[in-house]
Amino acid sequence: MTAAASKSRPILPSGWEMVVGLEVHCELRTQTKLFCSCKNIFGDEPNTNICPVCLGLPGSLPVLNSHAVELAMLVGFALHCEIRPSIFHRKNYFYPDMPKDYQITQYDEPINVNGYLELSDGTRVRIERAHLEEDTGKTIHVGELGASGRIHQAQWSCVDYNRAGVPLLEIVSMPDIRSALQARAYVSELRGILLATNSSDAKMEEGSLRVDANVSVRRVRDQDESSADGELGTRCEIKNLNSLRSLVRAIDYEATRQVALLESAQEVVSQTRHWIEDEGKTLSLRSKEEAFDYRYFPEPDLLPLAPGLDWQKEVVSDLPPMPQERRDALANLVKEALGDDASLKDQVALLVELGLDTLATEAISSGADPRIVINRLSNEAPADHQAACRLDPKNFTALVVMEKNEQLTPTQAKAVLVEMLKSEDEPLKIAQRLGFETLGDQDLSAVVLQVVAEHQVEWSRYVQGEQQIAQFLVGQVMKLTKGRADGAKVVRELNKLGASENIEK
Amino acid sequence: MANNEANHNKHIISSDDVVHVAALARLELSEDEVELFTSQLGVVLDYATVISAVDTTDVTPCSHPLPLQNVLRADEPKPGLNRQDVLAQAPLVEDGRFRVPPILGGVP
Repeated sequence: MTAAASKSRPILPSGWEMVVGLEVHCELRTQTKLFCSCKNIFGDEPNTNICPVCLGLPGSLPVLNSHAVELAMLVGFALHCEIRPSIFHRKNYFYPDMPKDYQITQYDEPINVNGYLELSDGTRVRIERAHLEEDTGKTIHVGELGASGRIHQAQWSCVDYNRAGVPLLEIVSMPDIRSALQARAYVSELRGILLATNSSDAKMEEGSLRVDANVSVRRVRDQDESSADGELGTRCEIKNLNSLRSLVRAIDYEATRQVALLESAQEVVSQTRHWIEDEGKTLSLRSKEEAFDYRYFPEPDLLPLAPGLDWQKEVVSDLPPMPQERRDALANLVKEALGDDASLKDQVALLVELGLDTLATEAISSGADPRIVINRLSNEAPADHQAACRLDPKNFTALVVMEKNEQLTPTQAKAVLVEMLKSEDEPLKIAQRLGFETLGDQDLSAVVLQVVAEHQVEWSRYVQGEQQIAQFLVGQVMKLTKGRADGAKVVRELNKLGASENIEK
Repeated sequence: MANNEANHNKHIISSDDVVHVAALARLELSEDEVELFTSQLGVVLDYATVISAVDTTDVTPCSHPLPLQNVLRADEPKPGLNRQDVLAQAPLVEDGRFRVPPILGGVP
């Protein structure tokens, strides 16, 4: 089911609503791991960033990374959390991805609590907590592949401990989400915040942002209103969501599955289920470990963490503007020039998502036409948005001015921008190199006259008011000038000519 | 423990608790061992309950005996262990990784 389809019609039968809470794990962008000085880096040769601490060798002691704490607080502030004194716990379990046989995490006294994230539709999703913990190693399962690509019978597993001990922030929302699309909006917005604070790469495809969804369903009490604080149904936790697309599909599937169970007088069993992308469904693992008993206890090797107010103030002073604030700022700037235009909203959001809003603001403030700025940056720049982020605002402004002044046609301006993303040359030089000599007004008039002469039938229809035929005539001019003519200018030229003919009649 | 309330005159740990904890710790105990450890652990835990007689109403819980907090290090990388040396300690190695037995209960 595509996002567009799910937007157009309700997923669940009427009378039902879904209740979703999300747990997002993000790897923090530090130089080193959470409790040792091994490098925190993605993609190195297996087991090259390991030491006695992250291998859990006897006699080794963990020491907390101060920058990881700062990033945790920074995200906490961005999510309006309270920063609290906190301690670390051991979560005990046997699994080869953790050589210590326990994970150090924060349990009942996490660093960040009671925050919220506001979605662009105005929904406020409460954040229960955002706590620090260490990541696990990466396990590869070797064995027979089932039809689904899943390993049915692993023969053995191979473990790489480079990721073991990498700092994670686990951000846990309250069950305030009511649709799969809202869940996607939440993750996108959270990702924007992580990128804005430079606290995580937040790449779902590389696993630096991982999402688990807790899904339950319940009957809506009032037909029109969703019950805000009613009782929750039995929930299932869905894992293995590796993209926003999987997230949306899995939540919709799972909620539908639960409603079908309840409508046929069966029960939802509380369990962990895995999303199987190829089959488009969730499956229960039925593991013997299902009844978890982690025997948490305070980590005796670590001391309490209680960031003082001075430190907190220092960190909060680094808090950059958040995506919502940046969208509002750019939207206001555009609104001043162009008035309310709903169609620009998505483009503004895209520019903020790509980090191109600063460039847009600078260009508009130095006099570039807002509509051209927004169009060029949201249409051409995303192809290589990292290069676009490095664009010299002066050069970009110059390009927009050239297009506005009709020194370049829109088509030419797009081609110049594509070149600007590859080299740091000024737009004028690139335009000359590409042979985009401006078509002089006289040359254009001559071509228009030629086209009119060669297509008398179409021309008379146009003069008699058949506006649609203009496209054909403009097309002929473009053909003769090999695209160098400005379409808007051609139409003006045609109108001028038509007006004078009508007067003659 | 589950039987705390019911058996407060007896030991505060039952043989079921011992079997459960042993399973979590991947220990295989014989019936005799279960019986032996139940009574031994019971003695230890009973002894610990002596502490709960102390009135702690106005005492702030402490998670660590040392009067220290915020012990931190700078975020600066330092070389770790040599991979060859580490992998040489492992019973089985494959492509630079530790090779371990299949994981019970499927892929998490």
